[in-house]
Amino acid sequence: MAYPTDRKYTKEHEWIQSSGTTATIGITDYAQESLGDIVFVELPKVGAELAIGKTFGTVESVKAVSDLYAPASGTVTETNADLATSPEKVNKDAHGSWMLKIMLKNPGELDGLLSAADYEKFVAEEGGH
Amino acid sequence: MKDRIRKATRHVNQNEGLIFEKSSSGKAAWKLPPLDVPEVDASRLLGSSERKDLGSMPEVSEIEIIRHFTRLSTWNYAIDLGMYPLGSCTMKYNPRVNEAVARVEGIANGHPYQPEKISQGALNILKKLSECLIEITGMDAITMQPAAGAHGEMTGLLMVRAYHQSQGNARKKILIPDSAHGTNPATAAMVNYAVENLKSDARGMVDIGALEAQMSEDVAALMLTNPNTLGVFEQDIHKIADILHAKGGLLYMDGANMNALVGKVRPGDFGVDVMHLNLHKTFSTPHGGGGPGSGPVAIKKILEPFLPTPVVVTKSDGTLGFDYNRPHSVGRVRAFYGNFGMFVRALAYIQANGPDGLRQTTEDAVLNANYIRKGLEGAYDLPYSTATMHEVVFSDKLQAKKGVRTMDIAKRLIDYGFHPYTTAFPLIVPGALMIEPTESESKEEMDLFIDAMKSIAEEVEEDPQTVLDAPHSTRVSRLDETAAARKPVLRWKPPV
Amino acid sequence: MRYLPKSPADREAMLKAIGLGSVDELFAPIPAEYRLSRDLKVPRQMAESEIVDYFRQRSRENGEGYTSFLGAGAYAHYRPVIIDSLISRGEFLTAYTPYQAEISQGTLQSIFEFQTMICELTGMEVANASMYDGSTAAAEAVMMAVRLTGRRSVVVARSLHPEYREVLATYATHQGMPLSVAGFGDDGRLNLKELGKSITLETACVLIQSPNFFGTIEDVAAVAAVAHKHGAMLVVSIAEAVSLGIVEPPREADVIAMEAQSFGVPLGFGGPYCGVIATREKYVRQMPGRLVGQTVDKQGRRGFVLTLATREQHIRREKATSNICTNQALVALMVNIFMTVYGKVGLKELAKQNLAKAAYAATQFAKQGKVLFAGAPRFNEFVVQTSEDPHAINSRLLRHKIVGGLPLNKFYPELGNAALWCCTELTTRNSTDTALRLVADHDGSAPSAKEEAGVEEVAR
Repeated sequence: MAYPTDRKYTKEHEWIQSSGTTATIGITDYAQESLGDIVFVELPKVGAELAIGKTFGTVESVKAVSDLYAPASGTVTETNADLATSPEKVNKDAHGSWMLKIMLKNPGELDGLLSAADYEKFVAEEGGH
Repeated sequence: MKDRIRKATRHVNQNEGLIFEKSSSGKAAWKLPPLDVPEVDASRLLGSSERKDLGSMPEVSEIEIIRHFTRLSTWNYAIDLGMYPLGSCTMKYNPRVNEAVARVEGIANGHPYQPEKISQGALNILKKLSECLIEITGMDAITMQPAAGAHGEMTGLLMVRAYHQSQGNARKKILIPDSAHGTNPATAAMVNYAVENLKSDARGMVDIGALEAQMSEDVAALMLTNPNTLGVFEQDIHKIADILHAKGGLLYMDGANMNALVGKVRPGDFGVDVMHLNLHKTFSTPHGGGGPGSGPVAIKKILEPFLPTPVVVTKSDGTLGFDYNRPHSVGRVRAFYGNFGMFVRALAYIQANGPDGLRQTTEDAVLNANYIRKGLEGAYDLPYSTATMHEVVFSDKLQAKKGVRTMDIAKRLIDYGFHPYTTAFPLIVPGALMIEPTESESKEEMDLFIDAMKSIAEEVEEDPQTVLDAPHSTRVSRLDETAAARKPVLRWKPPV
Repeated sequence: MRYLPKSPADREAMLKAIGLGSVDELFAPIPAEYRLSRDLKVPRQMAESEIVDYFRQRSRENGEGYTSFLGAGAYAHYRPVIIDSLISRGEFLTAYTPYQAEISQGTLQSIFEFQTMICELTGMEVANASMYDGSTAAAEAVMMAVRLTGRRSVVVARSLHPEYREVLATYATHQGMPLSVAGFGDDGRLNLKELGKSITLETACVLIQSPNFFGTIEDVAAVAAVAHKHGAMLVVSIAEAVSLGIVEPPREADVIAMEAQSFGVPLGFGGPYCGVIATREKYVRQMPGRLVGQTVDKQGRRGFVLTLATREQHIRREKATSNICTNQALVALMVNIFMTVYGKVGLKELAKQNLAKAAYAATQFAKQGKVLFAGAPRFNEFVVQTSEDPHAINSRLLRHKIVGGLPLNKFYPELGNAALWCCTELTTRNSTDTALRLVADHDGSAPSAKEEAGVEEVAR
């Protein structure tokens, strides 16, 4: 699959789309595919601090729970309330379903993340499951 | 349905709704005797605490209740019907004499706080069972308080922590093999220990090199299941114990797989310091649809001061009693003394067996598992060639090529008249089929199981869709678990 | 051995199929130095008749035929016979945990009904499929409140069952949860002033029991107001489930941790019993224990499954809401059947009888001792203070095959010669009158059990 080039990716299968000092975060199509039917998304409250690489929430399917890892550091400004009632939206359109918006603490962190092409390569290697 | 299925066939089976759907005002299944004391005015006695309304609690007659639950029961699989090949569950026969003796009046109706003078019966049972379990495990002392295996794990780790604290350093971590049951890390966290994973080696056993590298004075204990969840006996168990003890750590053994060891070897002899038992596995107390269990914890002398309170003691006059004066105890893990009803059943099981019966039981359990292993080799992928004891783990690797996974094979097994084996565990074997027959299975039942599994393997080749769509013969099939989790409906509600 | 279904010929055939000479070869993985070469020192194999004899003898040594006035967290109520008829069915007794939903619908549907009825009785929105018992349910409910509020300290009523408090202390010790205890007033209820002093903005929850250890019904609304004002949750423990037939449930509670033993579970010298946690829907994901949910299968037929399993140990492992795996399923089924037998009208009548029996006994007792905590309503237990030491009283009663109320000096020494008495629907007026006559009889001149014709055996 061709991953959207308007954003960066992590090895933990999150995507982050930034516009200057703010950014939007979600999980990739590969992630939702691996998880299966998503039943619940647990997100931090507005105002919570994210630290790059640390867990900030979870995504649950019927039989598994996966941690969500912060692609960058920052403060949560908004969470997607839709996901509380319709977590299946992430399955339907992972790249179009945002989970939270943050105020970036250090926009430079994004430089260390994967590009769409790099992520695609990473997933191809990891795949074969 | 294929005519190659020999163990089960279709039969007309009663439907039954929820009991609330049968409820109707004026029906009753109860009758109380007339009051022999003056009536009371609840409003006057209770004031605003009086409850006026019991909402939509049901009103039905006795025969409706009998039919309701009898019909429901016919929808269940059970040991009384056939084999459960579930790994590490030890689904063995639940002897009926156990049920009978648990119901004898003085035992069934004893109040936990009745005077010790009239509790000698219960105390004797507690003492006798404790002695038997200490002998079986090769340990020095035991607590019967924990209500289940997980509860026992917590109790055991509390004692481990108390011990280390008494030595001046509570320590920070517990090492847990990646093949461990989920209760192990969950319990370690409850006792505020960090969990560190320990890798298994190519034989499926603890990687000694890894253990050596990870062992430090920060490690409180290693939680080990032996034989492990692959059914493999840790041959280097003495090395494992030595590595731990050399740095002051303790060896905790999860006793879930004791069915491979009773009468043949004792954990206390090979270096275990603390372990729990599952009376509802090894000692035949019934699973009852999910419980009750009982998880006694056996320990070496060094942990004795930390046992939960109270402990059974023999007083100077020769009678038995409870000792509450235990200054170093970890405290209580539950009210009263434990799942006493399960003690009665476990003791009756030990008495029915005697030393020879217990040993024969273990031998049969291991023989049965190896017979099934031999029977299925070739039809299913065996990830570890190591010798296994009372259980064996295959994988769905061969069937996965046809898009069929362990869960699908398990569902098809239901059509053949069996309960599935354990799917997708242990985590170190992707697509696992974990099988433990126990000693309660006859050669006939096992041959039927082997035939069924081989037949399914053939079906995967010839007609995989039949397996993927299974089960075909049950009242409901492939229930929507996603919907149940997304929009949980956890109770019946009266129609508005 | 009669539980083993293999003949020597079977074993030989199987060994041959495996390609082994003897069973000993299967135990070769066990290092020789550990292999047992002796018999275990356990009693020799017994015939079934011998086993039954053994336990009958133990039963005779365990207060068979005695009349008891004990409560204190374990209650003697009549058990309808159909409970054992039904739970003894092999399909319930010997069934496994219902992970394979298609062949466990019997267990799953009955748990769904159990969850429903517990909600109806407690006034809560969701209930789980059981915890080990009331004491561990209370501890786990407190930990739930800690997780939900993100706060660590807990205020516990001293009128909560002393052993429940001990269990909580054990669970709390390693979770860094400071506990403070708030005392009770002259009415036997949690002292609101003391509560006010102990509660802070760091308090995760207040834990009370109602009816409490003394049988007194707490002022739940008042306690809830204090707790909620401080942003803390209210956890209410219920030890005498029969009270729910006539006493308003603690609807202001955030979490209820119940002991359902009174609903058809034998006293059994302390276990197995049946804990339950019930709470509001919004807290369900932090609730421990199994949950059964309704759903449909691929044909649209109604069915039931274990759900929200991601809270549990087998998935979440070290991040699970609890480590609980095995619960009290069969005992919960007993509770289920009991609730179904009595139902909407019967539970109320049963509770009223309990109220009446205890009220009668308390009235009689008041003539020769002081019945404490008169300022608040109670259910089927009460505390009596006598001039004589309750232990001495009880020795006298015991000679007449009567077990008197629980002396309280061990748990509440400041109450002096106090004892906790319980009457249920099984307590006959005759036994109460006899017991009271013996209590009054300080010099022990009343006739002993052999001469006394009037001590009736309580039907159980």
